[in-house]
Amino acid sequence: MLDLTTKAQIDLGDVGLHEGAPVLLRRALARLAENEWLEVRAQAPEIEAELAAWCRKEGHFFEHSHAARDLYRIQRGRGKPSVTISQQEIAEVADPSWGLAPRGAQVEAGGPDFSFTLREKREVWAQDLSTLYKQAVANQWSAARDIPWDELPKLSAEVEAAVCQVMTFLTENEFAALYVPARFIARIHPYYREVVEVMAVLVADEARHAETFTRRAEAGGIGLGTTAVSGQLSLQTLLEEPDFTTAVFLLCVMGEGTFLSLLKFLEECAPDPVTSVLARYAHRDEARHVAFGTAHLRYVLSREPERRGALTSAVERRSRMLASVSGLSPYLYDALVVMAGGGLAPAQIRQGARRVAGLHREMDRSRRERLQSLGFNTEEATSLSAFHTKNFM
Amino acid sequence: MARPPWACHSFDEDKHMPSVHGAKAGSLPLLVGAVAYDPKVVTIWEGFKSYFQKRGVEIDYVLYSNYDAQVRANLAGEIDVAWNSPLAWVKSQLDSKDGCRALAMRDSDRDLTTRVLVRKDAELASLADLKGKSIAVGASDSPQATLIPLSMLAEAGLAPGKDCRVLYHEVMVGKHGDHVGGERDAARALAAGKVDAACVLDSNYAVFINEGTLDPGTTKVLATTPPYDHCNFTARADLPEGRTQPFVETLLGMSFQDPEVRTLMELEGLKRWLPARTSGYRQLELAVKRFGLFEA
Repeated sequence: MLDLTTKAQIDLGDVGLHEGAPVLLRRALARLAENEWLEVRAQAPEIEAELAAWCRKEGHFFEHSHAARDLYRIQRGRGKPSVTISQQEIAEVADPSWGLAPRGAQVEAGGPDFSFTLREKREVWAQDLSTLYKQAVANQWSAARDIPWDELPKLSAEVEAAVCQVMTFLTENEFAALYVPARFIARIHPYYREVVEVMAVLVADEARHAETFTRRAEAGGIGLGTTAVSGQLSLQTLLEEPDFTTAVFLLCVMGEGTFLSLLKFLEECAPDPVTSVLARYAHRDEARHVAFGTAHLRYVLSREPERRGALTSAVERRSRMLASVSGLSPYLYDALVVMAGGGLAPAQIRQGARRVAGLHREMDRSRRERLQSLGFNTEEATSLSAFHTKNFM
Repeated sequence: MARPPWACHSFDEDKHMPSVHGAKAGSLPLLVGAVAYDPKVVTIWEGFKSYFQKRGVEIDYVLYSNYDAQVRANLAGEIDVAWNSPLAWVKSQLDSKDGCRALAMRDSDRDLTTRVLVRKDAELASLADLKGKSIAVGASDSPQATLIPLSMLAEAGLAPGKDCRVLYHEVMVGKHGDHVGGERDAARALAAGKVDAACVLDSNYAVFINEGTLDPGTTKVLATTPPYDHCNFTARADLPEGRTQPFVETLLGMSFQDPEVRTLMELEGLKRWLPARTSGYRQLELAVKRFGLFEA
C-alpha cells in the first residue's frame, strides 16, 4: 500500500534554489528511504516551479500540498548510491575499490579499481608506526639552518679530499635509500596509510641527507670525489629487489643498520665540526629508519617465521651477484683511513687503518646483534652478517 | 519532404539489416541510433552496450551528427530504434504518418517547462508586454529554448519576428538544442542587456544562476510554458515487439543504485527509465505546424 504519511519536515524560509536550498533539501532527503515523503515549507518567489524542476532532475516526485499555500511535498525517489565503508579497524586485506579513500570513509560503489599490489596487512605492516611517524616529523632538521657551515675550518688538502670522497659515497648511498622506499610507496594500498607516511618521511630524510652531504663536499672548495663501479653494482641489486619485506630487510636492517656504525664513526673521527654535526643528524634519522625496518621484520617474522629462510637466501643471492666486488672500494677505504688518521704521515695512516678496522668489527657486531633480535640464531646471524655487502649499504 | 521508403520494407528483409558478423536477422544486435551532440555520447553507449550484453541482450549503436539523418535512417530501417529528441519524434510521426511508437523515456524527460525571463527592473508584466521588444532564444530547432516558448508567444497573440524581434543563438543546429550552449548564450544576451527577454529550460535557470551566467536577483520569470515531454526511444510501428521487448525490459530494469551503470545514467541525466508516453508532445506538434517547420 502506498504510504502517504509525511516522514519529515523542512522549512526553507525564503531561501531559493540558487541560494543554497538544495543543500537543505539533500540533507533532509538523505534521511528518508525511497518513496518516503518530505514536507517542505518555502516562501521564496517562484519556488514551486524551481522545486518541480529540481525534483525532476534529482529523480524525486514533487507535488503542491493541499494543506497550505507555501507547503510542498517531495517523495524521495531512487538515487542513493550504494556505499561501502572501508573498515576503521585495520583489515587484513584492503579492497582495490577503496582506492584513495581515507580509511573509515564512506566509499561510493562503482569506483575504479586501483592497482595497488601491496594490499595485505601482513605484507607491509609494523607495530608502532604512528610513534615512528610522530618522531620523524618532530625531528626534521634543515641543512641550511641546523648545520654550522660558518665553522668549517680550512683543512689540509689531503684530509679535505678524504672528507669529500666520503661525502660522495654517502650521497650515492642516500639516493639508493631514497629510491627503494619511493618505488614501493606507489604500490602500497593507501588503506595502510601509516606505512606510507613513515616511508614518505624516510624518503624526505634521504633527500635532505643527499643534499647536505653534497653541500659539505662543495663547501671546502674541492668538490665531489669518485664513484666506484663496485658501489654502484651493490646499490643496483638493492634497487632491483622486487619483494617489499626483502627490500626493507636489505635496506633498513642490513644496510642502514651498517650505516649507523659508519655515521657514528664519522661523527667521532670527523676533522671538522660541520662533518661531525651532519653525521650526528643523519645518524638520528637513520636510527629511525632502522627502527622501522626492524619493526616491520618483527611483525612479518612473528606471523611467518619461515620467511627467515627466504631472507637468508636473499642476502646470499645478493652476495653471489656481487662476487666480482672484492671489497670496499679503495677510494672509500683510503679516504676513511686518511680522515680517521688525520693525514698522510705513516703514524697517521697506521692510526687511521686501525680505526677503520675497528669500524668493520663494530659494523659486524651490531649487524649480528640486530639479526639476533629478529630471531636469527647466532650461527645464522654470523653467516648473514658476513655475507652482507662489503660496501656497507 | 519526399515520402521515405520505409513503409515498403519489413524487418525480415535481410538486405535492410546491417550485416554484422554475417549472422541471421533474428540474432542480429538491436541497432540503436543516437545523435553525437557531445563526446560523452560514445562513453554512454559503449557502457550501455556492455551492460546489455552482460544481460544477454545484444545491442549496437550508430551515431549521427544530426537528428534529421537519424530520423531518415530509422524510417528507412537502417537502425531499429532511435534515441530521439522530441522534435525528432514529431518529425518521425509526421514523415511516417504516425507510423512509429515510443518505447521508453527518462524520468527527467517528463513535465519540463520553459521560462521566459526578463530583467527584474523591466516594466513587463505579461507576454503581451513583449510587443515591440526583443526576445533571445536558443538554436532555431530547439524545442525547449525556441519552438515551444515562441509558440506560446504566438498563442498570446504576438507573432515572433513580426510583433517582437527574435534573436536566435544557433549553437549546433541539427541537434535540436541538445547542447546547452545556445540557451546559455540567450541568457547572456539578457544579462548583457542586448534583449528584453530570454527563453530557458526550467532546470537550466538555476544552473545559469549557480554558474554565474545570470546574477542572482537580477531576473524574474515573466511566463512559464505548460509542462511538456522531451526525448524518447522511437521504433517503427512495424518492428516486431519481440525485437524491442528485451531492450525495453533491460532498460527499465536499470538501477541508479547499480554501480555499473550509475555513472552512465548520470551522464545521460536520469535516475530511472520509464515507459514512454506520447501525451507530452502536443505543444511541440502545434509549434511545428504553426511555424511550418518541415514544410518544403
